[in-house]
Amino acid sequence: MTGQHMADNSAIPVLELSKVCKSFAKASGDPVPVLADIDVTLREGEILGLLGRSGSGKSTLLRIAGGLVSPTSGAVRYRGDALSGPAPGIAVVFQTFALYPWLTVLQNVELGLDALKLPATEGLAKAVAAIDLIGLDGFQSAYPRELSGGMRQRVGFARALVSDPILLLMDEPFSELDVLTADTLRTDFLDLWVEHQLSTKAVLMVTHNIDEAVLMCDRILVLLSHPGRIAAEIPVPLAHPRDRLDSEFRSIVDDIYAILTARLTESAQTRHALHGGVAQPLPHVSTNRIGGFVETVASPPYLGCAELAELGRKLALEVNELLPVAEALHVLEFADVKDGRVRLTAAGRVYAHSGTDDRKRQFREHLLRFVPLAAHIRRVLDDRESHTAPRARFDFELQDHLSKDDARRTLNTAIGWARYAELFSYDDRARQFTLAR
Amino acid sequence: MADAGSLPRAHGAGLAAGRWHERTPNWRDIVAVLLLLATLILLGAGARQMVAPFVLARPPQISLAPSALPMYTLRTVVRMLAALLASLVFTLTYATIAAKSRRAELVLIPLLDVLQSVPVLGYLSFTVVFFVSLFPGSVLGPELAAIFAIFTSQAWNMAFSFYQALRTVPTDLDEASRSLRATPWQRFWRLEVPFAMPGLVWNMMMSMSGGWFFVVASEAISVGEIQVVLPGVGSYVATAIEHRDLAAVGYAIIAMTLAIVAYDQLLFRPIVAWADKFRFEQAAAQVVPHSWLLDLLRRTRFLNRLFERAGSCAEGIARWPLTFRPAAPWSRRLLPRNIVDALWLTAVGAMIAYVIARLVHFAGPELTRSDLQIVAGQGALTFLRVLILIALASLVWVPIGVAIGLRPRLTAFVQPIAQFLAAFPANLLFPVAVVLIVRYHLAPKLWLTPLMILGTQWYILFNVIAGASAFPSDLREAAASLRVRPARWWREVMLPGVFPYYVTGAITASGGAWNASIVSESVSWGPTHLSASGLGAYIAQMTAAGDYPRIALGIAVMSMLVIATNRLLWRPLYTLAERRTRLD
Repeated sequence: MTGQHMADNSAIPVLELSKVCKSFAKASGDPVPVLADIDVTLREGEILGLLGRSGSGKSTLLRIAGGLVSPTSGAVRYRGDALSGPAPGIAVVFQTFALYPWLTVLQNVELGLDALKLPATEGLAKAVAAIDLIGLDGFQSAYPRELSGGMRQRVGFARALVSDPILLLMDEPFSELDVLTADTLRTDFLDLWVEHQLSTKAVLMVTHNIDEAVLMCDRILVLLSHPGRIAAEIPVPLAHPRDRLDSEFRSIVDDIYAILTARLTESAQTRHALHGGVAQPLPHVSTNRIGGFVETVASPPYLGCAELAELGRKLALEVNELLPVAEALHVLEFADVKDGRVRLTAAGRVYAHSGTDDRKRQFREHLLRFVPLAAHIRRVLDDRESHTAPRARFDFELQDHLSKDDARRTLNTAIGWARYAELFSYDDRARQFTLAR
Repeated sequence: MADAGSLPRAHGAGLAAGRWHERTPNWRDIVAVLLLLATLILLGAGARQMVAPFVLARPPQISLAPSALPMYTLRTVVRMLAALLASLVFTLTYATIAAKSRRAELVLIPLLDVLQSVPVLGYLSFTVVFFVSLFPGSVLGPELAAIFAIFTSQAWNMAFSFYQALRTVPTDLDEASRSLRATPWQRFWRLEVPFAMPGLVWNMMMSMSGGWFFVVASEAISVGEIQVVLPGVGSYVATAIEHRDLAAVGYAIIAMTLAIVAYDQLLFRPIVAWADKFRFEQAAAQVVPHSWLLDLLRRTRFLNRLFERAGSCAEGIARWPLTFRPAAPWSRRLLPRNIVDALWLTAVGAMIAYVIARLVHFAGPELTRSDLQIVAGQGALTFLRVLILIALASLVWVPIGVAIGLRPRLTAFVQPIAQFLAAFPANLLFPVAVVLIVRYHLAPKLWLTPLMILGTQWYILFNVIAGASAFPSDLREAAASLRVRPARWWREVMLPGVFPYYVTGAITASGGAWNASIVSESVSWGPTHLSASGLGAYIAQMTAAGDYPRIALGIAVMSMLVIATNRLLWRPLYTLAERRTRLD
């Protein structure tokens, strides 16, 4: 049980974020909110997970907690004091490892001690101790390029832990590693944590991997996107080591899927109201993946209805890849997504069993009926004498409601889908839309 | 699939939109046609004067009236364009031969290395006589000599980049085109040239930017008795110097600025934006280069159609199933490979020996031991100057470049300015500096020195800016989160990160400084002559005197010094930088 780490809850939290908002400036004026009204309290002895899809601002939130990014409004307190910039006692483990290629393993780790101004011998001893602790002995003189991904992230951990941090921030630390390596590294870290070998009092971890969150965290905050906000808080009252096949474990995972999908369809509905639905953000999913997904769900053993958690395991897709496909099917009304399960509509079943030309025709009909942006572009092209329209026209239209990146992605998705459906065509050289045929 | 699938692309589009509309020019056509016609007419006017009669004894008078300047600028620009075309043709042939034939490579690549290190103005002294005698009585001779000088400042690095690209064509693409049974000719145009295009375009831009310096320098030449004055910005400034007319120098600076900006906007922006489609990386780039002119041309109806026609003609040529049968089989059957190699090397060796013998025969009797001593001393002086100047420029520009590069908004503003300053021919600014030195009686040995790096220091600045802005954001964040202290931040975080970019800039800057020494160590303002001594001044003096053996000696020593610095300093540094920053 994690109780061994739980000091009394009345003590000052290690980290406290209240009413934190972050928005980024936009060319056209109005700032785009990335995070809205976030409240997070991180207590001593716990691992807190931030779980969400890409675009939910979870990495930005972690950077705010680390003092690397300052919030637009709201307060960040680290052990009771306001946080302004990187502070002693907070260390970050990066998704990309962030190792300096021109420094050896030892030098990279020693860089973590620079701020402490230790005497050279003491610093060396500490660095060597951290390297040993994390299982890197013998690699001191290696350069990062000579190491495998897993070993590189070990250096990332050693560098973060060498200064004996109170608060450890981890930004998707295992997502760049293969499944096996990630598992080993997770287990090694949990062993150190459970056995109190670290000075670290609390961990904040960002992830998009539901299994990973349930495996490691004592508490999980589920974030939704556009703008990033907390949708649910889920406690994980399981003892370490946890078993993925355990029924309690599985039911927590299913709960999280249900939360994510419930919000997904809800947000799709509210978005429809936006600008007549034209500015509804489209998930960036290729028509190939849509086709493959529909086929899988239509075929045995699912026969038209499948649990997303189950599908994720079967297709080896993580939630940040799985949910966009589900959302695309939902938007196109090839499927209903609810309570963590995806159920093909009648049209979806027909689509699954059609040949290429029929599929294109059905896709085209659904695109015109259910994706207002695609219908809008087609209408403009039909109306114009030249049957062409510059991309910038729609880009600006979308940017009234979406961030620049979201607008670009949404338009790119619409282009990809319309090309497949032969609804209209796009010339990237001239950056203008034309009629297909 | 689409019902127009079997029709040619242009026809399909025409049917979809209704032919009649599609054929009607739109307003963009008018703008584009006007631009195009104006450019063609201007270039034609400039070119026509290149074949006018020319009398060596009486060079044309250069008018200092500002109204004459547009025509002079035009002629300078046409020279530049001609040289660029020549460089392109040279690149496509020389580099291809070097990349395709192992034996040719053995000779051509080291030769290119040597050609690259010969000071550009050194070529001029020798070739001007040759070209003048080639077209006696016509201005075409001196024109060609000037164009050749500019060519020598552009061709080598373009050829190198093309050769490198040909050697690194991805195996899968090469195999794919072979399995599609493309002939070598088809592969060259369909795969190799497109693959090399981004690098080639970038090097063309770098070449151009260096070229302005030499186009200005090569317009007013006097080698001994031979006086060549070609109408252009360079000769305009030379005349202004003769007449001590500072205002005219100012006009020339303005004219050159406009010419460079126009060249960039009308020629290079469109080419860079166009060449972007040849980028090999599959992932979309963060910053896609744009050009208003290219966008305009692509959205015109009439002209776009015209370009499509021209494009399909060019494509037809690229599709010719030309095959080059390798000439090797007979020799391979008669002689083993290594014997042919040995024969080839012997032939090359004999050739080199002959050239050296000729050179010694030509210069030997004239030169004495004391000449060698003088040149060695002067060479050491210039060498020292280049080293100190590069070190000083680095101390100044590296911190500034890093500070700018880490601020994206400032970078977007400063980077084009730095690139412009690198392209601007600094020799136009020399008179201003000389006036100051004369007025305040400053020591020329010291104060002429900075002129060498006036134009080329910007290469350091803009490369460092590029390096700092490309510095990975996670590494920056890591350093911030670890609260690395400033001394260590510079030493272990930022400087190693921008080092490869810095070395690239410093190589260009030092090469440019050597070249500039010939015009910057010996300057004049009307009748006042200032000399800072040094190898550049030595070559300049010998050129003025028409003393060919000593010009040759000076140039040979300078080339050797440049080769030595490249081999012993820059290349090892570059290799080190590249290896250290690699993560894979």
